[in-house]
Amino acid sequence: MMKKELDYMNIPEEKFRLANADEHIHDKKLDTKPIGYLHDAFNRFSKNKASVAAGIIIGILVLYAIVGPFMVNQRYVDAYETDTSIINYKELRPKLAFLEGTGFWDGSKIVEVSETTYNMYLAKEQESGHNVVEEVLDTITIKDDFGRQSTVYRLRIDTYYGIKTMMQTLTTAQYKELQDWQDEHGIQVILPQVAGDVVTSLPDVWYESDAKGKPIFDADGAFQYNYLTSGSDDYYSVMRLEADPYNQGDEAGCWRYAKRTGKADTGYNYVVRVDPYNYFIYRHGFEPCFTFGTDSRGFDIFSRLASGARLSFLLAIFVSAINLTIGAFYGAIEGYYGGAVDMVMERISDILSGVPFMVVTVLFKLHLASKVGMMGSLLFAFVLTGWIGMASSVRMQFYRFKNQEYVLSARTLGARDFRIMFKHIFPNSLGTLITGCVLVIPGVIFSETSLSYLGIINLSSRTTSSIGSMLAQGQAVMTTSPHVVLFPAIFIGLLEISFNLFGNGLRDAFNPSLRGSED
Amino acid sequence: MYLFKYVLKRIGLMLMTLFIIVGMCFFLVKLLPSTDLPQHGQDMEIVLRRRELLGYNKPILEQFYRFLKYAFQGNFGVGETYKMGTEVWTVFTNRLPYTITLNLITIIFSIPVGLLLGIYAALKKNKWQDHLISTSVMVVVSVPSFIYAFLIQYLLYFKLGIASAVADTSQGAFSWTFIKSVYPAILAMSFGTIAGFARYTRAELTEVLTSEFMLLARTKGLTRAQATVRHALRNSMVPIFPMILGEFVSIMSGSLIIEQLFTIPGVGQLYIGAINAQPTPDYNYFMLLTVFYTFIGLAAGIVIDISYGFIDPRIRMGAR
Repeated sequence: MMKKELDYMNIPEEKFRLANADEHIHDKKLDTKPIGYLHDAFNRFSKNKASVAAGIIIGILVLYAIVGPFMVNQRYVDAYETDTSIINYKELRPKLAFLEGTGFWDGSKIVEVSETTYNMYLAKEQESGHNVVEEVLDTITIKDDFGRQSTVYRLRIDTYYGIKTMMQTLTTAQYKELQDWQDEHGIQVILPQVAGDVVTSLPDVWYESDAKGKPIFDADGAFQYNYLTSGSDDYYSVMRLEADPYNQGDEAGCWRYAKRTGKADTGYNYVVRVDPYNYFIYRHGFEPCFTFGTDSRGFDIFSRLASGARLSFLLAIFVSAINLTIGAFYGAIEGYYGGAVDMVMERISDILSGVPFMVVTVLFKLHLASKVGMMGSLLFAFVLTGWIGMASSVRMQFYRFKNQEYVLSARTLGARDFRIMFKHIFPNSLGTLITGCVLVIPGVIFSETSLSYLGIINLSSRTTSSIGSMLAQGQAVMTTSPHVVLFPAIFIGLLEISFNLFGNGLRDAFNPSLRGSED
Repeated sequence: MYLFKYVLKRIGLMLMTLFIIVGMCFFLVKLLPSTDLPQHGQDMEIVLRRRELLGYNKPILEQFYRFLKYAFQGNFGVGETYKMGTEVWTVFTNRLPYTITLNLITIIFSIPVGLLLGIYAALKKNKWQDHLISTSVMVVVSVPSFIYAFLIQYLLYFKLGIASAVADTSQGAFSWTFIKSVYPAILAMSFGTIAGFARYTRAELTEVLTSEFMLLARTKGLTRAQATVRHALRNSMVPIFPMILGEFVSIMSGSLIIEQLFTIPGVGQLYIGAINAQPTPDYNYFMLLTVFYTFIGLAAGIVIDISYGFIDPRIRMGAR
């Protein structure tokens, strides 16, 4: 029975029907899009979340390096070269304006001070109205070996208001300019001179004090004024402290705001006592507020770090590009021709790679720094041995591919060596090369940072900076101001981590056969 | 026999490379302009006479010959701008033990730790232990060593006050006092080594663990532990063991940054001092240390290459 039903040999003709009788069959276009090598790699890369995140961080860091140097008041940067008062604003803590008073990132620091210093801070508050002491955390009474008691205050102070009062010597013109500015803006910059000889040593002690420097308070517990009331100061500004006897009509007994020196015919000089915070506004046109604080020379860390980073990035990208070019050509010739050519060229790169990098750097610095600058000599040093890795990976790819059939057929068709090398074989090594290029960048930045940290090369001046020298500088003041070393260290750490993650992601994306041996 | 020949050939090649590199550096140094400027309190005639006697006015090839001749006798001259008047070779050999002690302790401490971490991570692949180890290893490998050197210095010295600020060299290099005073430096150096070995071990072991002979080993009845120890570990050690040997060879070279940061009187510090000397770097010290560093680098390479042949019978070095 079954056999009858399955009698395939004799199927009647009418049982057959054309499947597509009503339409023409052509080769259909593929609905799916072709996925190229790079596209494929990109797809694989974007699946790797960590690498994508690292890529985004790199983007942010690069953006910071590009725009960062412009994000500080240009007048302040220009003043690095000429203005000696900038040193007074050293080691200010990082401050974000909107975190004011929170105790975190608001320019405050915790200090332990003696009673004298504590009083000095309080006096500053009374004189200038700036709140130096934000919080008294603790008072500790200690006894010394002789049984004398003293009190130590643990305070959280605002470093921006706690800057020492400055003495500035101004010419007549500068003095007038400052007074005019005071009147125009209504900000008291010039403070009255302190009576007595103490002035030169401690411009902060403007109050009545006893022989030991202890303040003598009045009945209300306020500091008593001890200002100069004689001598000529040529002060015409309307800005005066509130308690100035001048405001009560006592013009003869009023406080003096400057000490005049010099002679009339050569022009007078004026020694003035200035409020550092307001003087900063006068000089630089903005209220001091440094996102990353200032370093031990009073320079803004935020913009200097950014310009150092920009220098590093530029150097790294240049090195990477040059290495790529040299390495590609060298490796291609080595790998393609093989034999004696390969032998000789391999020996050359062997010898070059045997020279320690430190030696190369020093020799190039000694020979070239005076001709092409420090940066140029560093570039040469990086390039001299940097391309070897690139060349050897290209060489390997060439050995792998040069005897494949498609290369043979290209040669049979009459393609020249150069065309076979760069049109047919070279694209195979593109993936490794791109990865290599990316991984060169953190290496170069690391070496540059170490070298400038060690002081072997010096890329830093008053106007330019490098991360390594910022680290070296910050390390010197690590005990008192850890933030100076903190920000460059975070930057370089973050940069290295994200570049390595990014590079590893790229390597995996370009080389799907890698398994287990990565990361 | 071919191995012996191969070793000889490699050593010969290395010596040739060393000779060329040293020659190049020598000529480059000699090409630098002389710094003999009349200075206060210095008799120019004496300076010039001394230079004449030292052979500065002879042809450069003859100078190179003299340099090599004396170098073989361990005489690299005296310090000119750095540690003036000291014998370069003596100072160098005095410094060497400190660097060796420091590095030796570092690798003795960190290689086992690194290997264990790597093995553990490989066995726990893709579990949280592995992720934790791999991530921290990645961070430590990426972050430059001086960053955590800063951290260690800040925490141990400034905050806790339990480490000494300078290396105590009163009892010499191979003494407990010295080791105790430099343990922050050892710690700072260990991080990188540990992370490097952990990463490499993990990568190798995970690859071996997935290979077919492991399956066979399990099939024939070995437990997982037996298979791992007898088969996987042994095979994964093939590329790692040469690395360890290489580490041991380069214990002499020292870390410039760590020695500078922790003020350890080692070879690295000597090098920095010689380079940063004023008014010019000290070329005698510079030449000696160039020879030294180049030699160490090349020797480590050879040891690594040759040890492959010894450790893995499948690799036949130099065979055709």
